[in-house]
Amino acid sequence: MIPGAFDYHRPSSIDEAVKLLADLGDEARVLAGGHSLIPMMKLRMALPENLIDLQDIAELKGISEDGGTITIGAMTRQAEIIASAVLAEHCPILPETALQIADPQVRNLGTIGGNVANGDPGNDMPALMQALDAAYLIAGPGGNREVAARGFYDAAFFTALADGEVLTAIRFAAPPAGHGYAYEKQKRKIGDYATAAAAVILTMSGGRCESAEIALTNVGDTPLYAEEAGKALAGTDLNADAVKAAVEAAKAITRPAADGRGPVDFRTSVTGVMVRNAIERAAARAA
Amino acid sequence: MSKMHIKMTVNGKAAEALAEPRTLLIHFLREDLNLTGPHIGCDTGHCGACTVDMDGMSVKSCTVFAAQANGADVTTIEGIAAPDGALHALQEAFREHHGLQCGFCTPGMITRAHRLLQENPSPSEDEIRMGISGNLCRCTGYQNIVKAISAAADQLATAKEAAQ
Ligand SMILES: Cc1cc2nc3c(=O)[nH]c(=O)nc-3n(C[C@H](O)[C@H](O)[C@H](O)COP(=O)(O)OP(=O)(O)OC[C@H]3O[C@@H](n4cnc5c(N)ncnc54)[C@H](O)[C@@H]3O)c2cc1C
Ligand code: FES
Ligand code: FES
Repeated sequence: MIPGAFDYHRPSSIDEAVKLLADLGDEARVLAGGHSLIPMMKLRMALPENLIDLQDIAELKGISEDGGTITIGAMTRQAEIIASAVLAEHCPILPETALQIADPQVRNLGTIGGNVANGDPGNDMPALMQALDAAYLIAGPGGNREVAARGFYDAAFFTALADGEVLTAIRFAAPPAGHGYAYEKQKRKIGDYATAAAAVILTMSGGRCESAEIALTNVGDTPLYAEEAGKALAGTDLNADAVKAAVEAAKAITRPAADGRGPVDFRTSVTGVMVRNAIERAAARAA
Repeated sequence: MSKMHIKMTVNGKAAEALAEPRTLLIHFLREDLNLTGPHIGCDTGHCGACTVDMDGMSVKSCTVFAAQANGADVTTIEGIAAPDGALHALQEAFREHHGLQCGFCTPGMITRAHRLLQENPSPSEDEIRMGISGNLCRCTGYQNIVKAISAAADQLATAKEAAQ
């Protein structure tokens, strides 16, 4: 499978990349790790005439923590997320999720920016970003702006990112020390997208759940922030009724496609199992 | 859509060719540089037969443009044995432990295992299985591949101790 022809550009700054996008117009796309875009180009489902490779832009790389705020450059690779001491300490659900994406080779090149900007409902990071209430930092011809992950996804492959814009970083408040977390993903094999997956982040105090954030992967045409499911847990001691209410609230918002991963009923049911398992594991981890 | 001068270091030697930007790294290696060790199995990023080492990490060369690897340091299966042809411990171990049957996955398996043992010189069985989870084999059932990698790790550790 040979992709269509294109011209290749490798700018070394964000400004240069934004200018190239503006000058080259509609048929230009940015290239991050290429592990979603190149397969699409091979199928000729994407036919960009210009590719702007971001690999040389140092300002797009790296993970930092400052006063409880975590910033991750868009070109940070999944393997770097898994190896990050900052994330292991402040936000271990991120490496836990990255480890469930594809395989070592794919994670060596695939970036977090590409994963969240891609807009494929199968991508695992977007739901986690919604659970964390992350903001996406975006640079464009008109300057910089921020969009909340919870408001970024319109439909499969349609996002708030406009032509000509580059996602530069992801920023979020680290969950408080002692929080519980889990990303539970059901997949047919390594390297497969989720049949259903759930991210859960919660805080406990004296046996009561103070806050809970839940979001779902690949059971709709966008990631799904399950706000009601989280609310069903907050203020309870996570008793069986509360967990059941959260599971039902999550299942109620799913709209999975029937495909090789199973019929609608099955994927809805698996969503419930993932949410339940993630709540149990998160609760067991909470201090 | 003009052609590009693409330069990289491949198996320790400078390599250069004129190629279209859409040329995939696997095609650049196999067709422009005549290195047919890395195979094309699935052409979709799943099987790992095309695995090569790029700037110190394993990548699937069917899903990388040669242009992205412009300036990189690349190692293929052809670069694993010693320059005098003496097999690497991994290659010996694959032979010894029947880590291959048809051999189609083997270049990718060994190139991946070669990097894995640099990342983690004494991996557990689980770590080996996770480490090669991006490489599919249709023949062996993996048991002997895992055994071979484990044996090579032991062999390399013994050789290192002896050298000290
Ligand atoms: C075999 C295989 C299995 C996989 N399994 C999974 C899986 O289980 N879960 C999962 O989540 N993913 C999976 N993936 C996808 C992988 O994680 C991709 O790496 C990821 O989706 C995209 O990241 P990338 O850096 O490769 O982006 P690219 O492919 O380079 O880009 C993807 C899209 O995002 C745009 N883009 C990229 N970066 C930016 C930016 N900074 N600003 C604006 N737009 C940008 C590009 O223009 C393109 O449209 C798999 C891929 C393969 C090949
Ligand atoms: S040929 Fe590259 S992963 Fe299968
Ligand atoms: S030996 Fe035949 S595919 Fe692995």
